[in-house]
This record gives sequence, structure tokens and C-alpha cells, in this order.
Amino acid sequence: MITLAHFIVLGAVLFCIAVAGVFINRKNLIVLLMAIELMLLAVNINFVAFSRYLGDAAGQVFVFFILTVAAAESAIGLAILVTLFRNRATINVGEIDELKG
Amino acid sequence: MTINLILFYVFSAILVLSALGVVGAKNSVHAVLLLVLCFFTTSALWLLIQAEFLAIVLVLVYVGAVMVLFLFVVMMLDIKIEPLREGFIRYLPVGVLVAAVMLAEMLLLIGVHNLQVAAPADPAGASNTAWLGMALFTQFLLPFEVAALILTVAVVAAVMLTLRKRSGARYQNPSQQVAVKASERIRIVKMPSIAKMPIAPKTEAAP
Repeated sequence: MITLAHFIVLGAVLFCIAVAGVFINRKNLIVLLMAIELMLLAVNINFVAFSRYLGDAAGQVFVFFILTVAAAESAIGLAILVTLFRNRATINVGEIDELKG
Repeated sequence: MTINLILFYVFSAILVLSALGVVGAKNSVHAVLLLVLCFFTTSALWLLIQAEFLAIVLVLVYVGAVMVLFLFVVMMLDIKIEPLREGFIRYLPVGVLVAAVMLAEMLLLIGVHNLQVAAPADPAGASNTAWLGMALFTQFLLPFEVAALILTVAVVAAVMLTLRKRSGARYQNPSQQVAVKASERIRIVKMPSIAKMPIAPKTEAAP
């Protein structure tokens, strides 16, 4: 029998892999975006599991909205990436320092 | 150990391994393809706990649209991988350390609360899609409309960000096209109704 704890542990493992990915790929903008997608996926797994095991539809509706916002986010993120590459010919995060932040 | 549990472990193993591949892949195209595998496996996991609608949406929207967009961008950009991977080894211990500590903390929390909730019966005997639709179109109607608005804004923003003016190309001006008046397009010329020229001679018939 699959219990709720199985899914939550799986979500936790996935989230931690994504966090490690953000740390070790901190130069490559595309892999950073993909790590963010992985984090959202981990959160979605938790939401679906809780919604299913507690019998509440709100969790799955929230996953629906997360998917919507994540699709919008990645579309705009990739558009910014393309514009950046067109202007600077690089996606190295270390070289993108024009704002002097 | 039921067949469900075995499938869960198999899919989880595939999911975790492909997630490790995503963050560790040398080639960005390989990373995107492994991310596709991640989403597909997650969809299978959601099918296991009868969240059918979201499983199908994940494959359609994520694998079908977002990941293809990623693949387009990765293949379109001419990226040199080597400078992007410098510091990979340097930050590897820190990343693994932070992730391991986070994972340990989360597992401790999960262990403390001892979440052993058994799967409930099917909600109200309806299908998952009907259940979700009832909630979405009654209780969550306003957020649903706002989500549609967000998608529209995202489309407009993405197009505006990547649009560029090319010099030398000829464009139409839609506002001028819409605002045109009939008097600017057609010129009425007064012509006398009676021709002053003589009627054409009959020689035309026999050249």
C-alpha cells in the first residue's frame, strides 16, 4: 500500500536534488531554469498526494494553477534568455553583471 | 508488497535518477531530455494514485509544450558548454552538503508527524476529472479566470521581448490601415456622359 509518507519523501528528495542543481550549475542559465522546474514538480507531487489522501480537491486545483504559472514563467524566462543571448552572446550568469547588483 | 508499491518504487527510482541526470548532465540537450523523462515518470506516479486529469495535463502541457520550448531554445542557441561548467567541481561539495542537510531536516519532520494516512475511497464516486471540474468551476472560478489572464499576459510579454525590428524590411501599419477613409482610397472623376468623339468607323471589323 502506497502511503502519503512515500510521496512526501519522494517530493523532498526531488526538491533537494533541484537545490543541489542550483548550487552546482550556477553558471548555466538554462540548467538553472530546469532546476526551478524540478522544484515546482516536487511541490506538485506533494500537493497531489495531500489532495488525494486527504480527499480535498483544492490541492489538485492548486497544482493546475502552478502548472499555468510555471508555463508562463518558463515562456517569459526563455524569451529573456533568447534576448540576452542575442545581445550579449552568452548565457553565463557570471558574465551578466551589467546591473552591478 | 502489492504491485502498486513495486511500481511506485520503480517509478521513483527512475524519477530520482533522471533528476540527478538533469542537474549533472554535461550536454544541455541531454538535460532537457532527462527532464522530459522526469515529467513523464511523475505523470505515471500520479496515475498510480488516481489523479488522472493532472497526469494527462502534465504530459500534454509540460512534455508537449514547455519542454519542446526548452528544447527549441537549447538547440537554437549556440552555447559553449566548457565555460559554463567551470566551478562545477568547486561548488559540488557545498551543493551536496546543503541538499543533504535539507533532506535530513525534511525527513525528520516527516518522521515526527508520522503521516500514515491510508488512501481514502474515491471522492463522491465521481471520476477525478469531474471532481476537479466541480471544484474548479464553482469554488475557484475567479482564480481560473485570472490564470487565463496570466497566460495572455505571458504570451504578449514573450512576443514583445523577442520581437525585433529589422532594418530594410517593409511593414504594414495596422492603425493606418484601420483608420483609412473611403475618400483616401477612391477618386471620383467626373466624365461627360456624351462622348464628343465620333463613332468608331466600320474599318475595325475588317483589319
